[in-house]
Amino acid sequence: MAAGVNKLPWWAESILLPVLNLLAAFLVSGLVIWSLGEDPFMALSLLIEGAFGFEEAISYTFYYSTNFIFTGLAVSMAFHAGHFNIGGEGQAMLGGLGLTLAVFLFGDFSPLLSVFMAIIASAAFGALWAFIPAYLQAKRGSHIVITTIMFNFIASALLAYLLVGPMQRPGGQMPESADFPEGSSLMGIHDVLSVVGIPFEEGPMNLSLLIALVCAVGVWFLLWRTRFGFELRTVGQNPNAARFAGVSVPRMTIYALMLSGGLAGMMGLNELMGEQHRLMGNFTLGYGFVGIAVAFMGRNHPVGIVLAAVLFGALYQGGAELAFEMPNITRDLIVMIQGLVILFAGAMEHMFRKPVTKIFERFSAGSAA
Amino acid sequence: MEFLNEIVLLADSTLRIATPLILAGLAGLVAERGGVVDIGLEGKMLAAAFAAAAAAAVTGSPWMGLFAGVGASVALALLHAYVAITQRGNQIVSGMAINIAVAGMAPTLANFWFKKGGQTPLLSGDARFESMTWPFAEELADVPFVGAVYSEIISGHNLITYMAILLVPITAWMLYKTRFGLRLRAVGENPEAVDTAGISVARIRYQAMIIAGILCGLAGTVLSTGLGAGFIRDMSAGKGYLALAAMIFGKWKPVPTLLACLLFGFVDALQGRLQGVELPLIGEIPVQFTIMLPYILTVAILAGFVGKIQAPRASGIPYEKDH
Repeated sequence: MAAGVNKLPWWAESILLPVLNLLAAFLVSGLVIWSLGEDPFMALSLLIEGAFGFEEAISYTFYYSTNFIFTGLAVSMAFHAGHFNIGGEGQAMLGGLGLTLAVFLFGDFSPLLSVFMAIIASAAFGALWAFIPAYLQAKRGSHIVITTIMFNFIASALLAYLLVGPMQRPGGQMPESADFPEGSSLMGIHDVLSVVGIPFEEGPMNLSLLIALVCAVGVWFLLWRTRFGFELRTVGQNPNAARFAGVSVPRMTIYALMLSGGLAGMMGLNELMGEQHRLMGNFTLGYGFVGIAVAFMGRNHPVGIVLAAVLFGALYQGGAELAFEMPNITRDLIVMIQGLVILFAGAMEHMFRKPVTKIFERFSAGSAA
Repeated sequence: MEFLNEIVLLADSTLRIATPLILAGLAGLVAERGGVVDIGLEGKMLAAAFAAAAAAAVTGSPWMGLFAGVGASVALALLHAYVAITQRGNQIVSGMAINIAVAGMAPTLANFWFKKGGQTPLLSGDARFESMTWPFAEELADVPFVGAVYSEIISGHNLITYMAILLVPITAWMLYKTRFGLRLRAVGENPEAVDTAGISVARIRYQAMIIAGILCGLAGTVLSTGLGAGFIRDMSAGKGYLALAAMIFGKWKPVPTLLACLLFGFVDALQGRLQGVELPLIGEIPVQFTIMLPYILTVAILAGFVGKIQAPRASGIPYEKDH
């Protein structure tokens, strides 16, 4: 930690600095947009309009945000234990596989049971896919960043195999499964709202959003209100101290990474049970990686992660609308902006700390005199 | 004869596939021996592949491509160095940020300049580093064994492949026989001692990152102008991470790293040859499983066969001078 950490008031620490970092990332993005021959301010207003301007857009924004809450929580869970899980993609793919199996196993008995089992299976499969890299990290010291990346590639090939082989839609040509049984899905929020008499335009936002928010509260409670969470964070901050205090570092590493994998695995609930109603190859579309940006932007705290997830949801939805309007802007540019956010909010988080601390020192010196 | 032919073909493609791995592996090695962990090899390689293909497409010269590719990679290496050395930020996060930003930026620029859906135009013959036929390769081709080895395996690669092989002893020499190499290893193991001796830790680490940037730039350049004929989206396909794994398997030493890269190259070449082939007892392996082979091998290597691995002691740790 840099010097002067405790000199800043909490709001400067957890609001001002992240906002400054974000502005730096957007400034660079704006320069790139400008050099692509487009007007960055025009782009920004189109983006905001596309993300929040009408009810369907809002539905899409929160639909994407749901994915990012899951993957952002996943990255931060591992990060609190001192590890960098970039296997969110693969874990989400396996989670999707797990929930698909559950849906087809239980879908014919009872839709409710099938949804319940699907939630469990998505988390369990994600956790199991994280277990192997976690075990290798904890017991053999295998670099978790490399092994989780490799597991992403392996998961992608595995899904590709299953979806053109044993699990392919009978008679189908695409790499996708048959449609989920009737009722094995998560209700759209617009359906829920219409039950209580509030009209809302149809859109992909669904009950997974609530599941994600429950997970966010759960992560907060687990990490900051339980002994387990305290031990987990101690392992991340100072493994030696944890060891002296009698905490098994390898075991905590494995637990943290499995929880992380489970959270990533649940992303499939939103994509598959909420919207697609079938398993598709590579349905994760890089959302696992977005989780890294979300976690750092949100300062690895569930509240921050939810806010950052909404920001990225808006960026994705607004960006898609923007791509219609401006030919030189594609989805790839949104990926680049993610990278810049990770750079400024994660890697260079101390960049503005020194100048901000200096300004505060001058102010407090002034008021003391 | 059929079998021998198969072996020769395998060896030939092993060398070809291993080229970017060797160069990126050496880049990672130089960075980590100097104390900076470089997860961003992947992004630097991709950036170099794009810059090289774009420059070669516009100018028609592979040398301009090489220049642009190395330039892009060095620029990113300096960014990573600034974060890791000057800002003392998290090096893994910085590397990932570079990887993701480049994965978005390269196709964006490709789309903007060439309007081909995120690719560069196909490079014609003289805009690439073409395979070089060694003297007498054609005449000797029919001589049993020697001819096959000489004209198929040794001859017929592109210039950068030969550079990659040569750079292994050069890196070893630099690392173990020069004053710079001694200092480099010292800042990776014991930066306090180097600092005490009055040498700037930051300066040496920046120099190491520039070297890593050049090597990684060559790796990317060969991808798009030597092995391939143009830039395509995500063409680095995890090679930066494979190179890191090879470097760890090679225990941060040049020659063992070369051997590890050749092993990866061999497995990848083998998986290419296995596609659609009926094997005795097993039958045909689905292509999705053969594609997994290099990745599974990487995990297996990191898990088991490494033994007690010892990274440079100070790698990944920012150096903070006491004032």
